[in-house]
Amino acid sequence: MLSLLPIATPALPLDEAGRYVAGAYVVFLALIVIYVAIMAAKLQRIERELRELAGFVEHRANGDGRAAPEKERATSDV
Amino acid sequence: MYGKGLRPLSIATVAALVVSLSLVFFYAPLDADQGFIQKIFYLHVPLAITALIGFVIGGVFAILHLRSGDSRWDAYSYVSIHMSVIFGVAVLITGSIWAKASWGHWWVWDEPTLVSFLIVFLMYATYYPFRYAIEDRERQARYASVFAITTGAFVPLNFIAVRMAQSLVHPRVFATTNGGLPGSMMLTFLVSLLAMGLLWVTLVKFELTAKSASGQIKRLRRALDAPPSGSTPRVAPEVS
Amino acid sequence: MTAEAGPPATPVVPSTVAFRAILGKDLRAELRTLQSLPAMALFAVTTFVIFRFGLDRTSLSGDLAAGVLWATLLFAAILGINRLFVAEREEGGFDAIRLAPIDRTALFAAKAAALLAYLVVLELVVVPVFAIFFLDSAAALAPLALVLLLADLGLAATGTLISSMAVNSRARDLLAPLVLLPLAVPLSIAATGAIEPLLALGGPGYHRFGTWLAVLGLYDLVFLLVGYAVFDFLLED
Repeated sequence: MLSLLPIATPALPLDEAGRYVAGAYVVFLALIVIYVAIMAAKLQRIERELRELAGFVEHRANGDGRAAPEKERATSDV
Repeated sequence: MYGKGLRPLSIATVAALVVSLSLVFFYAPLDADQGFIQKIFYLHVPLAITALIGFVIGGVFAILHLRSGDSRWDAYSYVSIHMSVIFGVAVLITGSIWAKASWGHWWVWDEPTLVSFLIVFLMYATYYPFRYAIEDRERQARYASVFAITTGAFVPLNFIAVRMAQSLVHPRVFATTNGGLPGSMMLTFLVSLLAMGLLWVTLVKFELTAKSASGQIKRLRRALDAPPSGSTPRVAPEVS
Repeated sequence: MTAEAGPPATPVVPSTVAFRAILGKDLRAELRTLQSLPAMALFAVTTFVIFRFGLDRTSLSGDLAAGVLWATLLFAAILGINRLFVAEREEGGFDAIRLAPIDRTALFAAKAAALLAYLVVLELVVVPVFAIFFLDSAAALAPLALVLLLADLGLAATGTLISSMAVNSRARDLLAPLVLLPLAVPLSIAATGAIEPLLALGGPGYHRFGTWLAVLGLYDLVFLLVGYAVFDFLLED
């Protein structure tokens, strides 16, 4: 029932079959890309919030009257 | 903490996917029955198997959560199920494309595995509205674990029932009995399965890392008594 | 996590006593107020009328009969399932049970038994009506009763489990049907699989009857066990 005909190079048919197979793989890739894009947006938001928090900490440290160089260094490590 | 193994894992995943694609298009022989269309099999079936195992893993994490009360298991359970649902979308779309290419219809009720998977997908799709309808955080986690355990038990029962419902008159549309695969196809299939499994694990880790980071930021905010996001004065230098 | 970590080590009140007490309370309340059963029965009978016109048939047999009967019973059951824990919620009944020195799975067993009772009573009323409306003979009613009993057991187990969670949620009436319907698919497949040959035109047939009963039994067993195992965790607060 199943052919045992090995093929060294892929047949690249431009007929219907190829279109469907390509379609399936494109869907798969598209889903991965969409997921990565969503994750990238999430990471950007995390970065932004971290910056905000760092700014807040620094703001508070400066407001206390202490020059806080260690804090600055620490926050810029992020 | 979660992100520790992420880079080697991602590299391994990409490598496996590349190898798998190469095998599919340069090594695996052409199927006499379905021709080039059969190549979708190497995409669709590994995705399906990975998704199903992912659901079971979600159930196992749920059991661990109930027994220990540690909310980390709940996070693992949620992300496992979430990722498997996403994989499930891919399974159904690729399955539909395969059905259209092989049978001429975008959906066939004659293929018991595909139908079973649809039902399982619909079952797990209710996880989100169910979970988010419960307000108390701890109770939400507990109920979600009960859901994951119940649906985990449901999956095999569902496959049994759907398979039995197949009328013996209708022939199996996709006779993909793994036992009948020649060696080269089996190798390609197994490598593809490995690649999808790695992809699942990588994305789950990815998602858990992001979740953990968000959670830590929230806790930091509370500890610092910082106002909620968007209202802090920007004093620190912008990091572009 | 609160102080109460789980059920007390040795229940002061034996489970059977608690079971009988809770079950008795529920059945007596239903008998007194009749809030669920008449509505379920009326819903089912009206649905039959809708099917009569929707399908444009005055008699049903085989697969159509099985489908109409089972779908109607399932949706009517969901009406009852939605209301299963409402009394507990409104009267703070969960607190009483939570504080009581009983094995909490007694609550699960009692509620499931009550739901089973409602479903059986529902069918005692509705199935004869279905036979009068659509069937040619009553020959299949006895084996039909057996199939429905096994199916009801599965519905009782899953219905109690899901309803006890849905009652504590925001979208209360929506959640139980949403989660329960896919969960009930294997049950539905097996039930209609067994019922279809029973209602065949020429007389009741038993094609794969034993197999379908076995699947029903397996479903019942699995979800009764799951309910028994997890119910403790549902009542923690």
